[in-house]
Amino acid sequence: MSVARTSGGPALRPRYRLRRVLAEVASVTLGLVLLIWSLTPVYNMLLIALDRDEGDIEFEGIIWPPDPSLHSFYTVLTQGYWLVEDFWHQFGNSFFIGLMTMFLTVLIGSLAGFAFGRMRSGKGWLVVNAPLLTYAVPASFLVIPFFRLMASYGLSNTLWAIIAANVTFATPYAILILQQYGKLIPIELDEAAQVDGASPVQVYRRIYLPLMTPALAAVGTYALLLAWNEYLYQYVLLSSTRNMTVAVAIAQFFNSDEAPWNYMMATAIIYSLPPIVIFYALRRYMAAGLTRGAVKG
Amino acid sequence: MSSTQQVLAAGPGVLNRRRRSSWHRHLHGSEFAWAIAFVVPYAAVFVAFVVYPIAYGLWMARDPSLYRDLIANPLYAQTVVNTVLYVGLGVNVKMFLALLLSGFFMRRRWWIKALLPVYILPWALPAIPAFVSFHWMLIGEEGLVDSVLSALFGIHGPLWFNDRRLALGSNIVAYIWKWMPFWTLTFLAGRMAIPQEIYESADVDGASGCRRFAHVIFPLLGNLYLVCTLLSTLWTVGDFTTVYLVSEGAPSYSTNVLATLGIHYAFEAAQPSLGVAAVMSALPVLIPIVIILMRTLRTREVQL
Repeated sequence: MSVARTSGGPALRPRYRLRRVLAEVASVTLGLVLLIWSLTPVYNMLLIALDRDEGDIEFEGIIWPPDPSLHSFYTVLTQGYWLVEDFWHQFGNSFFIGLMTMFLTVLIGSLAGFAFGRMRSGKGWLVVNAPLLTYAVPASFLVIPFFRLMASYGLSNTLWAIIAANVTFATPYAILILQQYGKLIPIELDEAAQVDGASPVQVYRRIYLPLMTPALAAVGTYALLLAWNEYLYQYVLLSSTRNMTVAVAIAQFFNSDEAPWNYMMATAIIYSLPPIVIFYALRRYMAAGLTRGAVKG
Repeated sequence: MSSTQQVLAAGPGVLNRRRRSSWHRHLHGSEFAWAIAFVVPYAAVFVAFVVYPIAYGLWMARDPSLYRDLIANPLYAQTVVNTVLYVGLGVNVKMFLALLLSGFFMRRRWWIKALLPVYILPWALPAIPAFVSFHWMLIGEEGLVDSVLSALFGIHGPLWFNDRRLALGSNIVAYIWKWMPFWTLTFLAGRMAIPQEIYESADVDGASGCRRFAHVIFPLLGNLYLVCTLLSTLWTVGDFTTVYLVSEGAPSYSTNVLATLGIHYAFEAAQPSLGVAAVMSALPVLIPIVIILMRTLRTREVQL
């Protein structure tokens, strides 16, 4: 079978070339479709945010802002409107939640992933995969009991309640990824270190963590984005304006009678910037991790 | 535990790991204590924030009459149908497209490499701004979609959130938009782990395009695809933000999914037990999915 194709001779050449051209045209078309598909909602955000007028949007038939202005960004950054008067404080809250979620997920996940993956205790799949049981009850299904529980833990209306929820739902996936990636690192390294008298903590710090950097970056990014995407727990668990996050503040615009949608979109765009920056900064590590896996294969 | 799949995914080092793992299986006393110590932080989180809330939730929803109320309520029945449609269509279309697109992004062209960061943007963009933007794009004549339709083609676009099917479709499209890049990246990593020689020998054998996909790539990525689909299903059943922000359940609660209905009962209708019962009624479906997922991960090694 393998020879049949290649011995077709020159008669097949023009058809082959035509097919290549068609494939090229198809892939360029697909690329353009993907570009429009990915950017349209982002463009829509800019369109609304760049509108000068407060209040109602009069966008009928308009696909470009008639009088673009950065006025709404200025208002949000200087907290010049009552719905955004705590913007910087709320931004700080979002940052705190995101970074703590990232840190704790990487820490707790890597400790558990190390124990499950490197120090096989022979307890089998049930223990090792037990974290996945978390996903039997999706996060949004647990918010009502969580709301009650946080009161009994003394955490209601605190940022720690949100961090606890985020870490709870990010860690199982983190452990799964770390375990899978850990299989690429030869266990002989651990054994050699142990022979040299290294304790498990030293193996974890000196060998496991440095070699796992790409996977840790991937998991950390995942946790950060999970925290930044999360809305329900913040909406249910945080009640005071000072403890609110930007995500909740954005949704608050829907509840007000006035409709400064350009301010809302400006807030939303500013809120989107940090995870995008961090994501693209860490992407190099992630890519390195992925390709290293490929080289090993 | 081992299969050719595993060897392909993780390289030749795996072959001698098998022998070693039996040595590794018997931990010495102090090592076992260390292993326990490493797991303790996670175990604490698991007990405090998973086991306890689940038990508490089941206790809240223990009254059988709650479930009788639910089944008698036509809103609940419609919500179950919506959830099945939303998860069934959303997850499967998204995963299949992600698998195909991961192949597109494997192509070695500079502009495809440059396109990848743009394509990933929806995943990096936070959910709230993204879905609020979708809501505004589809708000009606003022929205961008209908504006473009009338500017380019002179069509009066539909009122997306006045029709149940269109509203449900809008939710699904927004969901696919947001999450497809994440899974595309996962499949891209999976494809990159396939040794280049396999592609080359497939090429020599004349398998290209569709045939290569069906007979070479899909069998190799099958396990990864299964695991990702199961995980994504579990996550999507609990998805609240998309429906809450894009269609807001409109028109008249007819596009709610279980997660938004539960919150609606608990916080707007002040019936928390009914809310918990509504969402807990999905457990008989979710628990088997988790068990299949765990067993798949046990029996076959998957490269994520």
